[in-house]
Amino acid sequence: MVQVTTRDVIEKFNLQIISGHEGIGRYITMSDISRPGLEMAGYFTHYPANRVQLLGKTELSFFEMLPESVKSERMRLLCARNTPAIIISRNMEVPKELIEASNENHVPVLVSKQTTTHFSSRLTNYLESELAPTTAIHGVLVDIYGIGVLILGKSGVGKSETALELVKKGHRLVADDSVEIRQESENMIIGSPPPLLEHLLEIRGIGIINIMTLFGASAIRPYKRITLVVELEIWDPDKVYDRLGLDEEKMKIIDTELTKLTIPVQPGRNVSVIIEVAAMNYRLKKMGVNAAEEFSRRLDAVIASNGEMDDFK
Amino acid sequence: MVENQVEVKLKSGLQARQAALFVQQANRYKSDVFLEKDNKKVNAKSIMGIMSLAIARGTQVTLIAAGDDAEKAVAALTEFIEQED
Repeated sequence: MVQVTTRDVIEKFNLQIISGHEGIGRYITMSDISRPGLEMAGYFTHYPANRVQLLGKTELSFFEMLPESVKSERMRLLCARNTPAIIISRNMEVPKELIEASNENHVPVLVSKQTTTHFSSRLTNYLESELAPTTAIHGVLVDIYGIGVLILGKSGVGKSETALELVKKGHRLVADDSVEIRQESENMIIGSPPPLLEHLLEIRGIGIINIMTLFGASAIRPYKRITLVVELEIWDPDKVYDRLGLDEEKMKIIDTELTKLTIPVQPGRNVSVIIEVAAMNYRLKKMGVNAAEEFSRRLDAVIASNGEMDDFK
Repeated sequence: MVENQVEVKLKSGLQARQAALFVQQANRYKSDVFLEKDNKKVNAKSIMGIMSLAIARGTQVTLIAAGDDAEKAVAALTEFIEQED
Protein backbone atom coordinates (compact mmCIF):
# COMPACT_ATOMS: atom_id res chain seq x y z
CA MET A 1 0.00 0.00 0.00
CA VAL A 2 1.33 3.39 -1.01
CA GLN A 3 1.25 6.01 1.65
CA VAL A 4 1.76 9.72 1.67
CA THR A 5 2.39 11.58 4.89
CA THR A 6 2.02 15.26 5.60
CA ARG A 7 5.82 15.38 5.77
CA ASP A 8 6.01 14.31 2.08
CA VAL A 9 3.71 17.16 1.09
CA ILE A 10 5.73 19.70 3.12
CA GLU A 11 8.92 18.60 1.35
CA LYS A 12 7.37 18.39 -2.10
CA PHE A 13 5.77 21.85 -2.03
CA ASN A 14 8.26 23.57 0.24
CA LEU A 15 5.62 24.55 2.79
CA GLN A 16 6.24 26.43 5.98
CA ILE A 17 5.03 24.72 9.12
CA ILE A 18 3.39 27.05 11.63
CA SER A 19 1.99 24.82 14.34
CA GLY A 20 0.94 21.26 15.16
CA HIS A 21 4.44 19.87 14.56
CA GLU A 22 3.63 16.59 16.28
CA GLY A 23 1.20 15.66 13.51
CA ILE A 24 3.50 15.72 10.49
CA GLY A 25 3.60 11.94 10.38
CA ARG A 26 -0.15 11.76 9.65
CA TYR A 27 -1.20 9.80 6.59
CA ILE A 28 -3.03 11.37 3.69
CA THR A 29 -5.29 8.64 2.35
CA MET A 30 -7.25 10.41 -0.35
CA SER A 31 -6.48 12.80 -3.16
CA ASP A 32 -9.60 14.93 -2.65
CA ILE A 33 -9.04 18.32 -1.07
CA SER A 34 -11.60 20.10 1.08
CA ARG A 35 -12.19 23.84 1.28
CA PRO A 36 -14.13 24.13 4.52
CA GLY A 37 -16.28 27.18 3.79
CA LEU A 38 -19.55 25.86 5.20
CA GLU A 39 -17.71 24.46 8.21
CA MET A 40 -16.45 27.96 8.98
CA ALA A 41 -20.12 29.00 9.08
CA GLY A 42 -20.80 26.28 11.62
CA TYR A 43 -22.10 23.40 9.50
CA PHE A 44 -19.99 20.38 10.41
CA THR A 45 -22.51 17.62 9.62
CA HIS A 46 -20.67 16.26 6.58
CA TYR A 47 -17.23 17.60 7.39
CA PRO A 48 -14.69 15.46 5.43
CA ALA A 49 -12.15 15.51 8.25
CA ASN A 50 -9.79 12.97 6.69
CA ARG A 51 -8.97 15.22 3.72
CA VAL A 52 -6.38 17.94 3.48
CA GLN A 53 -8.12 21.23 4.36
CA LEU A 54 -7.26 24.23 2.26
CA LEU A 55 -8.05 27.74 3.47
CA GLY A 56 -7.95 30.56 0.96
CA LYS A 57 -8.75 34.23 1.08
CA THR A 58 -12.53 33.61 1.03
CA GLU A 59 -12.53 31.29 4.01
CA LEU A 60 -10.17 33.41 6.09
CA SER A 61 -11.89 36.71 5.41
CA PHE A 62 -15.19 35.10 6.37
CA PHE A 63 -13.57 33.77 9.54
CA GLU A 64 -12.47 37.30 10.48
CA MET A 65 -16.10 38.42 10.41
CA LEU A 66 -17.20 35.80 12.93
CA PRO A 67 -17.98 36.89 16.47
CA GLU A 68 -15.05 36.30 18.83
CA SER A 69 -17.16 33.91 20.90
CA VAL A 70 -17.39 31.19 18.23
CA LYS A 71 -13.94 31.50 16.58
CA SER A 72 -12.10 29.12 18.90
CA GLU A 73 -14.80 26.50 18.81
CA ARG A 74 -14.98 26.46 14.98
CA MET A 75 -11.22 26.02 14.71
CA ARG A 76 -11.23 23.26 17.29
CA LEU A 77 -13.87 21.37 15.26
CA LEU A 78 -11.80 21.92 12.12
CA CYS A 79 -8.73 20.33 13.73
CA ALA A 80 -10.20 16.84 13.89
CA ARG A 81 -8.40 13.76 15.16
CA ASN A 82 -7.81 12.46 11.61
CA THR A 83 -7.22 15.68 9.67
CA PRO A 84 -3.84 15.28 7.96
CA ALA A 85 -3.12 18.98 7.44
CA ILE A 86 -4.63 22.44 7.21
CA ILE A 87 -2.99 24.54 4.53
CA ILE A 88 -3.24 28.31 4.22
CA SER A 89 -2.51 29.75 0.78
CA ARG A 90 -1.15 33.10 -0.46
CA ASN A 91 1.20 33.33 2.51
CA MET A 92 -1.64 34.73 4.60
CA GLU A 93 -1.44 35.17 8.31
CA VAL A 94 -2.72 32.22 10.36
CA PRO A 95 -5.50 33.15 12.86
CA LYS A 96 -4.32 32.68 16.43
CA GLU A 97 -7.39 30.55 17.21
CA LEU A 98 -6.26 28.05 14.57
CA ILE A 99 -2.73 27.92 16.00
CA GLU A 100 -4.08 27.19 19.46
CA ALA A 101 -6.52 24.52 18.27
CA SER A 102 -3.96 22.82 16.04
CA ASN A 103 -1.32 22.63 18.77
CA GLU A 104 -3.92 21.10 21.06
CA ASN A 105 -4.97 18.41 18.56
CA HIS A 106 -1.62 17.96 16.77
CA VAL A 107 -2.89 18.94 13.33
CA PRO A 108 -0.11 20.48 11.23
CA VAL A 109 -0.88 23.96 9.91
CA LEU A 110 1.11 24.81 6.80
CA VAL A 111 1.50 27.92 4.71
CA SER A 112 1.99 28.08 0.94
CA LYS A 113 3.08 31.10 -1.12
CA GLN A 114 0.89 30.09 -4.04
CA THR A 115 -2.66 31.13 -4.82
CA THR A 116 -5.41 28.82 -3.61
CA THR A 117 -6.69 27.40 -6.93
CA HIS A 118 -3.21 26.92 -8.36
CA PHE A 119 -1.97 25.18 -5.25
CA SER A 120 -5.11 23.08 -5.00
CA SER A 121 -4.72 21.67 -8.52
CA ARG A 122 -1.01 20.98 -8.05
CA LEU A 123 -1.68 19.19 -4.78
CA THR A 124 -4.49 17.12 -6.31
CA ASN A 125 -2.24 16.05 -9.19
CA TYR A 126 0.54 15.10 -6.81
CA LEU A 127 -1.73 13.14 -4.48
CA GLU A 128 -3.50 11.39 -7.35
CA SER A 129 -0.24 10.18 -8.81
CA GLU A 130 1.20 9.18 -5.42
CA LEU A 131 -1.96 7.37 -4.32
CA ALA A 132 -2.55 5.67 -7.70
CA PRO A 133 -3.20 1.91 -7.61
CA THR A 134 -0.05 -0.05 -8.43
CA THR A 135 1.01 -3.55 -9.37
CA ALA A 136 4.11 -5.29 -10.70
CA ILE A 137 4.35 -7.53 -13.74
CA HIS A 138 7.04 -9.91 -14.94
CA GLY A 139 7.97 -8.59 -18.35
CA VAL A 140 10.00 -6.07 -20.30
CA LEU A 141 8.88 -2.54 -21.16
CA VAL A 142 10.32 -0.85 -24.24
CA ASP A 143 9.47 2.44 -25.92
CA ILE A 144 9.20 1.70 -29.64
CA TYR A 145 8.58 4.73 -31.88
CA GLY A 146 6.87 6.40 -28.92
CA ILE A 147 4.61 3.43 -28.19
CA GLY A 148 5.10 1.80 -24.77
CA VAL A 149 5.20 -1.92 -25.56
CA LEU A 150 5.05 -4.38 -22.68
CA ILE A 151 6.64 -7.69 -23.69
CA LEU A 152 5.36 -10.67 -21.72
CA GLY A 153 6.19 -14.36 -21.89
CA LYS A 154 7.51 -17.26 -19.93
CA SER A 155 11.01 -17.20 -18.55
CA GLY A 156 13.52 -18.13 -21.25
CA VAL A 157 11.34 -17.24 -24.23
CA GLY A 158 13.69 -14.38 -25.14
CA LYS A 159 12.14 -11.21 -23.74
CA SER A 160 15.42 -9.63 -22.65
CA GLU A 161 17.20 -10.69 -25.85
CA THR A 162 14.42 -9.10 -27.87
CA ALA A 163 14.69 -5.93 -25.78
CA LEU A 164 18.44 -5.83 -26.42
CA GLU A 165 17.88 -6.10 -30.16
CA LEU A 166 15.28 -3.32 -29.98
CA VAL A 167 17.74 -1.10 -28.07
CA LYS A 168 20.38 -1.76 -30.75
CA LYS A 169 17.83 -0.61 -33.35
CA GLY A 170 17.55 2.71 -31.49
CA HIS A 171 14.51 2.11 -29.27
CA ARG A 172 14.46 2.74 -25.53
CA LEU A 173 14.50 0.37 -22.61
CA VAL A 174 12.27 1.26 -19.67
CA ALA A 175 12.37 -1.84 -17.50
CA ASP A 176 13.63 -5.42 -17.73
CA ASP A 177 12.28 -8.45 -15.89
CA SER A 178 10.05 -6.58 -13.45
CA VAL A 179 7.86 -3.65 -14.40
CA GLU A 180 6.21 -1.53 -11.73
CA ILE A 181 2.87 -0.34 -12.98
CA ARG A 182 0.70 2.48 -11.68
CA GLN A 183 -2.66 3.60 -12.95
CA GLU A 184 -2.38 7.36 -12.86
CA SER A 185 -5.83 8.04 -14.21
CA GLU A 186 -8.55 6.14 -15.97
CA ASN A 187 -7.14 4.14 -18.89
CA MET A 188 -3.64 5.44 -18.33
CA ILE A 189 -1.07 3.09 -16.90
CA ILE A 190 2.56 3.98 -16.49
CA GLY A 191 5.37 1.46 -16.24
CA SER A 192 8.74 2.03 -14.61
CA PRO A 193 11.60 -0.13 -13.36
CA PRO A 194 12.11 -0.96 -9.69
CA PRO A 195 14.74 1.60 -8.59
CA LEU A 196 17.34 -1.12 -8.04
CA LEU A 197 17.03 -2.49 -11.60
CA GLU A 198 17.06 0.83 -13.43
CA HIS A 199 19.03 0.74 -16.73
CA LEU A 200 19.91 -2.92 -16.25
CA LEU A 201 19.28 -5.87 -18.53
CA GLU A 202 20.09 -9.49 -17.88
CA ILE A 203 21.22 -11.59 -20.83
CA ARG A 204 21.88 -15.30 -20.38
CA GLY A 205 25.53 -16.01 -21.08
CA ILE A 206 26.70 -12.43 -20.50
CA GLY A 207 25.08 -11.53 -17.22
CA ILE A 208 23.87 -8.15 -16.08
CA ILE A 209 24.63 -5.26 -18.41
CA ASN A 210 24.02 -1.53 -18.03
CA ILE A 211 22.16 -0.22 -21.06
CA MET A 212 22.78 3.43 -20.12
CA THR A 213 26.57 3.13 -19.99
CA LEU A 214 26.72 0.79 -22.99
CA PHE A 215 24.38 2.62 -25.36
CA GLY A 216 24.05 6.10 -23.87
CA ALA A 217 21.27 8.24 -22.48
CA SER A 218 19.13 7.93 -25.61
CA ALA A 219 18.71 4.19 -25.04
CA ILE A 220 16.76 4.44 -21.81
CA ARG A 221 13.65 6.02 -20.37
CA PRO A 222 12.71 6.28 -16.68
CA TYR A 223 8.99 5.62 -17.24
CA LYS A 224 6.53 5.21 -20.09
CA ARG A 225 2.81 4.89 -20.62
CA ILE A 226 1.92 1.34 -21.68
CA THR A 227 -0.33 1.10 -24.73
CA LEU A 228 0.39 -2.29 -26.29
CA VAL A 229 1.04 -5.73 -24.83
CA VAL A 230 2.95 -8.36 -26.81
CA GLU A 231 3.05 -11.87 -25.48
CA LEU A 232 5.82 -14.13 -26.76
CA GLU A 233 5.30 -17.85 -26.69
CA ILE A 234 7.03 -20.89 -28.10
CA TRP A 235 5.33 -21.83 -31.38
CA ASP A 236 2.63 -24.42 -30.73
CA PRO A 237 1.66 -26.16 -33.99
CA ASP A 238 -1.79 -26.99 -32.61
CA LYS A 239 -2.59 -23.45 -31.57
CA VAL A 240 -4.30 -20.98 -33.87
CA TYR A 241 -2.54 -17.64 -34.26
CA ASP A 242 -4.21 -14.55 -35.63
CA ARG A 243 -3.73 -14.46 -39.39
CA LEU A 244 -5.81 -11.42 -40.29
CA GLY A 245 -5.56 -8.85 -37.52
CA LEU A 246 -9.30 -8.08 -37.73
CA ASP A 247 -10.08 -8.94 -34.13
CA GLU A 248 -8.19 -7.50 -31.20
CA GLU A 249 -7.42 -9.48 -28.10
CA LYS A 250 -7.55 -7.45 -24.87
CA MET A 251 -5.78 -7.72 -21.58
CA LYS A 252 -6.68 -5.99 -18.35
CA ILE A 253 -4.02 -4.45 -16.11
CA ILE A 254 -5.45 -2.89 -12.95
CA ASP A 255 -8.60 -1.35 -14.52
CA THR A 256 -7.18 -0.55 -17.93
CA GLU A 257 -7.89 -2.59 -21.06
CA LEU A 258 -4.95 -2.90 -23.42
CA THR A 259 -4.61 -4.41 -26.88
CA LYS A 260 -2.66 -7.65 -26.72
CA LEU A 261 -0.90 -9.52 -29.50
CA THR A 262 0.34 -13.08 -29.17
CA ILE A 263 3.46 -13.70 -31.20
CA PRO A 264 4.81 -17.22 -31.66
CA VAL A 265 8.57 -17.56 -31.36
CA GLN A 266 10.38 -19.97 -33.63
CA PRO A 267 13.95 -20.22 -34.84
CA GLY A 268 14.30 -18.01 -37.89
CA ARG A 269 11.55 -15.60 -36.85
CA ASN A 270 13.01 -12.23 -36.11
CA VAL A 271 10.93 -11.26 -33.12
CA SER A 272 12.32 -7.75 -32.69
CA VAL A 273 11.38 -6.79 -36.25
CA ILE A 274 7.90 -8.25 -35.75
CA ILE A 275 7.41 -6.26 -32.54
CA GLU A 276 8.72 -3.11 -34.23
CA VAL A 277 6.18 -3.55 -37.02
CA ALA A 278 3.43 -4.39 -34.52
CA ALA A 279 4.09 -1.06 -32.78
CA MET A 280 4.06 0.86 -36.09
CA ASN A 281 0.89 -0.91 -37.21
CA TYR A 282 -0.76 -0.08 -33.89
CA ARG A 283 0.08 3.59 -34.39
CA LEU A 284 -1.32 3.44 -37.90
CA LYS A 285 -4.56 1.87 -36.63
CA LYS A 286 -4.89 4.66 -34.05
CA MET A 287 -4.54 7.15 -36.90
CA GLY A 288 -7.43 5.41 -38.64
CA VAL A 289 -5.59 3.27 -41.20
CA ASN A 290 -6.47 -0.38 -40.72
CA ALA A 291 -4.99 -2.55 -43.47
CA ALA A 292 -6.86 -5.69 -42.40
CA GLU A 293 -10.25 -3.97 -42.36
CA GLU A 294 -9.63 -2.21 -45.64
CA PHE A 295 -8.65 -5.47 -47.26
CA SER A 296 -11.66 -7.25 -45.79
CA ARG A 297 -13.99 -4.60 -47.23
CA ARG A 298 -12.34 -4.86 -50.64
CA LEU A 299 -12.67 -8.65 -50.56
CA ASP A 300 -16.34 -8.46 -49.56
CA ALA A 301 -17.03 -6.11 -52.49
CA VAL A 302 -15.35 -8.46 -54.97
CA ILE A 303 -17.17 -11.49 -53.52
CA ALA A 304 -20.47 -9.62 -53.78
CA SER A 305 -19.89 -8.73 -57.44
CA ASN A 306 -18.73 -12.30 -58.22
CA GLY A 307 -21.92 -13.59 -56.61
CA GLU A 308 -24.10 -11.31 -58.75
CA MET A 309 -22.42 -12.42 -61.97
CA ASP A 310 -23.06 -16.05 -61.06
CA ASP A 311 -26.79 -15.33 -60.87
CA PHE A 312 -26.83 -14.65 -64.62
CA LYS A 313 -25.21 -17.92 -65.52
CA MET B 1 -4.73 -37.93 -55.32
CA VAL B 2 -8.29 -37.11 -54.30
CA GLU B 3 -10.52 -34.61 -56.08
CA ASN B 4 -13.96 -33.31 -55.31
CA GLN B 5 -16.06 -30.64 -56.95
CA VAL B 6 -18.10 -28.63 -54.45
CA GLU B 7 -20.53 -25.75 -54.54
CA VAL B 8 -19.86 -23.07 -51.95
CA LYS B 9 -22.91 -22.72 -49.71
CA LEU B 10 -21.46 -20.39 -47.06
CA LYS B 11 -23.95 -17.53 -46.85
CA SER B 12 -21.59 -14.70 -47.68
CA GLY B 13 -18.92 -16.68 -49.45
CA LEU B 14 -15.36 -17.03 -48.23
CA GLN B 15 -14.97 -13.69 -46.50
CA ALA B 16 -11.76 -12.93 -44.63
CA ARG B 17 -12.74 -14.65 -41.37
CA GLN B 18 -14.13 -17.73 -43.12
CA ALA B 19 -11.05 -17.91 -45.31
CA ALA B 20 -8.89 -17.89 -42.18
CA LEU B 21 -10.93 -20.75 -40.70
CA PHE B 22 -10.73 -22.67 -43.99
CA VAL B 23 -6.95 -22.36 -44.09
CA GLN B 24 -6.75 -23.35 -40.44
CA GLN B 25 -8.68 -26.54 -41.26
CA ALA B 26 -6.47 -27.30 -44.25
CA ASN B 27 -3.35 -26.90 -42.11
CA ARG B 28 -4.47 -29.76 -39.86
CA TYR B 29 -3.58 -32.27 -42.60
CA LYS B 30 -0.18 -33.37 -43.78
CA SER B 31 -1.28 -33.74 -47.41
CA ASP B 32 -0.77 -31.04 -49.98
CA VAL B 33 -4.20 -29.48 -50.46
CA PHE B 34 -5.25 -27.24 -53.33
CA LEU B 35 -8.36 -25.37 -54.28
CA GLU B 36 -9.21 -24.66 -57.91
CA LYS B 37 -11.62 -22.06 -59.23
CA ASP B 38 -11.94 -21.14 -62.94
CA ASN B 39 -8.64 -22.88 -63.78
CA LYS B 40 -6.85 -20.95 -61.05
CA LYS B 41 -5.26 -23.31 -58.56
CA VAL B 42 -4.04 -22.10 -55.18
CA ASN B 43 -2.57 -23.80 -52.13
CA ALA B 44 -5.38 -24.28 -49.63
CA LYS B 45 -2.94 -23.73 -46.78
CA SER B 46 -2.11 -20.20 -47.94
CA ILE B 47 -4.49 -17.59 -46.62
CA MET B 48 -3.56 -14.90 -49.14
CA GLY B 49 -3.95 -17.39 -51.99
CA ILE B 50 -7.45 -18.41 -50.90
CA MET B 51 -8.56 -14.83 -50.35
CA SER B 52 -7.21 -13.75 -53.76
CA LEU B 53 -9.87 -15.91 -55.42
CA ALA B 54 -12.73 -13.95 -53.77
CA ILE B 55 -15.04 -16.97 -53.65
CA ALA B 56 -18.74 -16.08 -53.54
CA ARG B 57 -21.71 -18.22 -52.50
CA GLY B 58 -22.78 -20.52 -55.31
CA THR B 59 -19.32 -20.78 -56.89
CA GLN B 60 -18.14 -24.19 -58.06
CA VAL B 61 -14.67 -25.05 -56.74
CA THR B 62 -12.55 -28.17 -56.86
CA LEU B 63 -10.69 -29.47 -53.83
CA ILE B 64 -7.59 -31.47 -54.64
CA ALA B 65 -5.41 -33.27 -52.13
CA ALA B 66 -2.42 -35.57 -52.37
CA GLY B 67 -0.83 -37.42 -49.46
CA ASP B 68 -1.54 -39.89 -46.68
CA ASP B 69 -4.59 -38.14 -45.27
CA ALA B 70 -5.85 -36.73 -48.57
CA GLU B 71 -9.29 -38.37 -48.24
CA LYS B 72 -9.85 -36.93 -44.80
CA ALA B 73 -8.66 -33.49 -45.83
CA VAL B 74 -11.00 -33.27 -48.82
CA ALA B 75 -13.94 -34.58 -46.76
CA ALA B 76 -13.40 -32.05 -43.96
CA LEU B 77 -12.93 -29.09 -46.29
CA THR B 78 -15.94 -30.11 -48.36
CA GLU B 79 -18.03 -30.13 -45.24
CA PHE B 80 -16.71 -26.70 -44.28
CA ILE B 81 -17.51 -25.18 -47.65
CA GLU B 82 -20.94 -26.77 -47.86
CA GLN B 83 -22.15 -25.52 -44.50
CA GLU B 84 -24.68 -22.74 -44.71
CA ASP B 85 -23.50 -20.23 -42.11
